[in-house]
Amino acid sequence: MLALFRELSLYMTARRKWWLAPVIGSLALVGGLLVLAKGSAVAPFIYTVF
Amino acid sequence: MRILGISAFYHDSAAALLVDGRPVAAAQEERFTRIKHDQSFPEHAIRYCLAEGGIDLDAVDHVVFFEKPLLKFERLLETYLARAPSGFSQFRKAMPVWLKDKLFQKAAIARELAPFSPSGDIEPKLLFAGHHQSHAASAFFPSPFEEAVVLTMDGVGEWATTSVTIGRGNRLETVREIRWPHSLGLLYSAFTYYTGFKVNSGEYKVMGLAPYGEPRFKDLILEKIVQVRPDGSFWLDQRYFDYTTGLTMTSRRFHDLFGAPPRHPDAPLTQRDMDLAASIQAVTEEIVLRITRNLAATYRIPNLCLAGGVALNCVANGKVLRDGAFEKVWVQPAAGDAGGALGAAYAAYHLHAGRERIVDSGLDSMSGAYLGPAFTQADIETRLTRCGAVFRALGDNDTLEATSSALERGHAVGWFQGRMEFGPRALGARSILGDPRNPEMQRTLNLKIKFRESFRPFAPSVMAEHAADWFEIDAPSPYMLMVADVAKDHRRAMTGDEASRFGIDKLNVPRSSVPAVTHVDYSARIQTVHRETNPRYHALLDTFRSRTGCPMLVNTSFNVRGEPIVASPEDAFRCFMGTGMETLVVGNCVLDKAQQNPALAEDYTSRFERD
Repeated sequence: MLALFRELSLYMTARRKWWLAPVIGSLALVGGLLVLAKGSAVAPFIYTVF
Repeated sequence: MRILGISAFYHDSAAALLVDGRPVAAAQEERFTRIKHDQSFPEHAIRYCLAEGGIDLDAVDHVVFFEKPLLKFERLLETYLARAPSGFSQFRKAMPVWLKDKLFQKAAIARELAPFSPSGDIEPKLLFAGHHQSHAASAFFPSPFEEAVVLTMDGVGEWATTSVTIGRGNRLETVREIRWPHSLGLLYSAFTYYTGFKVNSGEYKVMGLAPYGEPRFKDLILEKIVQVRPDGSFWLDQRYFDYTTGLTMTSRRFHDLFGAPPRHPDAPLTQRDMDLAASIQAVTEEIVLRITRNLAATYRIPNLCLAGGVALNCVANGKVLRDGAFEKVWVQPAAGDAGGALGAAYAAYHLHAGRERIVDSGLDSMSGAYLGPAFTQADIETRLTRCGAVFRALGDNDTLEATSSALERGHAVGWFQGRMEFGPRALGARSILGDPRNPEMQRTLNLKIKFRESFRPFAPSVMAEHAADWFEIDAPSPYMLMVADVAKDHRRAMTGDEASRFGIDKLNVPRSSVPAVTHVDYSARIQTVHRETNPRYHALLDTFRSRTGCPMLVNTSFNVRGEPIVASPEDAFRCFMGTGMETLVVGNCVLDKAQQNPALAEDYTSRFERD
């Protein structure tokens, strides 16, 4: 997890996108709740845009 | 220097090994796992590549992933933010996938690679190339050009959906980009979805269906859905689509525009579906031609390289070639995401490590795309015996004569020889062959062997030196990625009644002296076979030519609908026994269906999900 935070901070520095930090934080929070609520991590069947 | 390229986690996972700038091995994971478009980490493909190179992972200098996951995550977040709250349905699906798996791809890759590395020292070797950078590298570096314009078009990678790169020597410089959500690949996929086919695999079917229809919706598409500018750049009206925020490709507004919901996959194909296919194909060709003409005029470089999923649209490629804006066109045979593995490795070798590039003055540096596993004759005999197969082991020439004889008798022949192809096309190493002069061959192959839709056309493999005698093409097409018309001398004139037929009825009219490979618009998806890259297949074609006067064969991939192309002799035998194929030739082993034990035939087709 620490490695991921390091990667994210390197990425935001390189892309000059620190403004994304609160977005990532809040979306991660909501997303984390979704993970806990649903427990499913299966990508739906459309074009793999994500 | 040894570099391992990997593509994974979206579709068509693959691995490729580059040694001193030359591809020595490359394969898609689906061939080993037998799961079509397998997206899992390509451990089998990596194992094969390392074995082919005779090394373990510690001897590899760099491992390169074909795209940058964090940039993809950035695109998703910014899209959801821009479209909030309407994107919540997709966000709800996407975030768990990312938070559980995809954000941790670097660690996941290192973990998956650990069994291949005795030292366990993997993370310092890991590199990440851009998605379109990988495509561009796969298109330019193995091409036969010192300098070229490189055009890559696909669904989407990180942000780019279309990119223009100038390749010179060992450098690539991106000069233009079209970004998400405006995507030619996704536009084509939207119509694939709307006409009832599976996104990501049904695009070929739409292309094959197009000649049965009239492009009567083309103007409507260009007026309402896509704005195309004179230089070919385009803008998609997102109100007609659902892919940025929803879970389908097209929106209700799209359905209202064309007056009906999407076709159900099991519903019969109508003339309207064919007209829709013809229309999106015409729009695609118009966009691609506008782009290529503008690029040729702007950069005044005579060579064009293509990659990305849209470059598998061989009808559009053929039009670009015939258009003549570029003197030469080269298409990466693994133009889809599997080829990203090879491109990522090339990008690391030339762009990251700065190594010089040696341009292959022949066809290219792809070795005919025969970069997959091969089996020795002794190994083939052992494996077939273990399967319970009854076979004759012949000499080289006798094998060719026996194969040719079976083809002349109208047999569908499974042809399994040498190294497996890299990329989606079977090119005479894992192919089902037939006699193109036989007017029943297309229907027989579609319905009794491949178990697929009867409208789908078949491609000819023709000896390169005879291609211009039979087709209106004067350039090599070794990867079946160029479509050209059958030469006028070989066409058959239509009667008045035949010419007035519409839609699928056109299929029953023989249009040339090689009807099995002549599509309803007289076109053919040509593979030129070259002695230099596949001497065995070339020799078979020559044998068939000397016996019949016809220097070509029908060539379709060795699989049934929904199945990955066969990889091993066992796969080949299973497919042979489970279908109406009459003869199988594996190496120098010749198998006749009549001599096999019928109890070995399995219910084969129900094993695979329909594509």
